[in-house]
Amino acid sequence: MRHGINFKLDAGIMSFRNYLLLLTENNALYFRWYFNSVAIALIQTVVSVVLSAGVGYALAVYNFKGRNLVFFLVLIVMMVPVEILLLPLYKIAIGLNIYNTYAGIILPYAVSAYAVFFFRQYATGLPKEFIDAARIDSCGEFRIFVQIMFPLMKPAVGAMTILQAMGSWNAFVWPMIVTGDRLKMTLPVGLSTMITPYGNNYDMLMPGAVLAVIPIAIIFIMKQSAFIDGMTIGGVKG
Amino acid sequence: MSFQKLNGFNDVSFIGLKNYKRLFNVHYYKAIWNSLRYTFWTIFVLVPLPLLLAVLLNNKLTIGKTFFRSVFFLPALTSVIVAGMFFRYAFGSQDATFMNAILGKFGIPARKWLMEANTGMLALVVLCTWRWLGVNIVYFLSGLQNISPELYESAEIDGANAVQKLFYITLPSLRPVTTYVITISVYGGLSMFAESFSFWTARSPEDIGLTLVGYIYSAGFTNNDLGLASAIGVTLIILIMAITAAQLFMTGFFKKEQ
Repeated sequence: MRHGINFKLDAGIMSFRNYLLLLTENNALYFRWYFNSVAIALIQTVVSVVLSAGVGYALAVYNFKGRNLVFFLVLIVMMVPVEILLLPLYKIAIGLNIYNTYAGIILPYAVSAYAVFFFRQYATGLPKEFIDAARIDSCGEFRIFVQIMFPLMKPAVGAMTILQAMGSWNAFVWPMIVTGDRLKMTLPVGLSTMITPYGNNYDMLMPGAVLAVIPIAIIFIMKQSAFIDGMTIGGVKG
Repeated sequence: MSFQKLNGFNDVSFIGLKNYKRLFNVHYYKAIWNSLRYTFWTIFVLVPLPLLLAVLLNNKLTIGKTFFRSVFFLPALTSVIVAGMFFRYAFGSQDATFMNAILGKFGIPARKWLMEANTGMLALVVLCTWRWLGVNIVYFLSGLQNISPELYESAEIDGANAVQKLFYITLPSLRPVTTYVITISVYGGLSMFAESFSFWTARSPEDIGLTLVGYIYSAGFTNNDLGLASAIGVTLIILIMAITAAQLFMTGFFKKEQ
C-alpha cells in the first residue's frame, strides 16, 4: 500500500545489505533476541496450555469445596488488565530472584485466567459419561484426564496454543520490565531498544521488524481457522 | 504499597494517603485525559467500522471473503512494537514520509505529526485501528452467523428493505457482541501503553503520549517512585471497573441475565 503513492523510499532501507548488517552487527545480538523469543514462546505456550487445560477441566468436572470461589477468582483476574499488576509482579520477581531470567518472563504468564476460563467453558460441554465409564473400568483420575478428556479437548487446545504462542511472541511490556540485560531480551523488547528519541536506526529496524513478523504470518497462513476459532470460541457466546 | 513511601522494596515506611495527594499534578491529569480520549476515539472508530465491514463480508454477493478476512486479520498478528515502528516511520516529520507525501499531493506543507497532541492522537488511533479492525470484524462475523436466516426471510416477505433489515434485525441481534467489543475496547484503551511507547519511548513532547500505564511505568521504573506508581495503578483499576460497569448497565447486560 505504501508503494502505491509516489513516495520516495530511501534506497538504503530497501536494500538487502541491511538484512546482512542486522544479522551480523553487535555480535549477532539480533539472533540472540530471536532465539530468546522462540525459546520463551515455546516453553510458555506448552506450560500455559497444559496447566490451564488442567485447571479448566478440574473446574468443569469436579465438584469440590470452594469450586465456585476459585472460578470467581479466575473471573476477577480476567477483569484486571495485566498492566496494573506490573509493580506487584516486579516486586515478586525481585523477591523470587528471577529478575532478568527466562523464568521471570515466563512465570507470570504460566497460567492465564483467560485460558482457564476458555477450557472450563469447553470442558463443561463434554459428555460426562466417558468419565463414569472409565471409572467403572477402574481408571485413575489422572489417566482419565490425560488419555480420555485431554484428547477430547483437542480443538480448544489447538486454538489456545496458537493464541498463547502469538501473545507470547508479541508480548512487550512485562518482558521489557523484567529484563535488564540486552542478552536476555526478547525480540520486541530488543527492537524497541533500537528506537531512541534522538534519531532512529531505521535501516536496521525495518528488516528487524519484517523478520519478526514472518514466523507468526507463516503459522497464520497454515492454521487460519485455529486463529479465528481461538478469537471467537471464548469471546462471543451471545 | 500505595500507602507507603518506598526507597526500593526494602526501605518502606507508611505514609497514608500522601501518594494519592501527590497524584494531583499536571502529568496525572494529562495521562487520564489522554487515556480517556484515546479510549473514546478507538471505540468511536472500532465499533461502527468493523460492524459495517462484517455485514459487507457476510453478504452472499461479496467475492473473496476469506481473502479480505485474512487481509484485515493479519495486522493483529504483528507485535505492537513492530507495527508502531512502521507507523512511526509513516508519520515521521520529513517531507518524504508516507503521511507527508500524501499531504504534499494536495499541496499542504509537511507536518510534524508526532510532535502535536491532536495529530499524535490521530497516529495512535490509526495504529490501533489498523491492528484491531480485523479482530473486531471476526467477532462481528461470528455474531452475524448466529442470526437465523428465517428472520431475514420473514422480513423480506413483509417487504423490508436492506436498511430496515440492518436496523431492525442485524443491529439488535448483534447487541451481545457489540457489548463485548466495547468492553474489551475500554480495557484496551485505558491500559494502552506499548503503542505510545513505540512512538515516543518513555518521554513525549509535553506529555502528548502519556497514558496512565505509561505514567505507572515512568514513575515506578524510570524514577523509582514505587509508591506513586502504585497509587496510579489503584486509581486506574477503579476507573476501568467504573467505566465497564457503567457501560454494561447502559447496554442492559445485567437485565438480560435475569
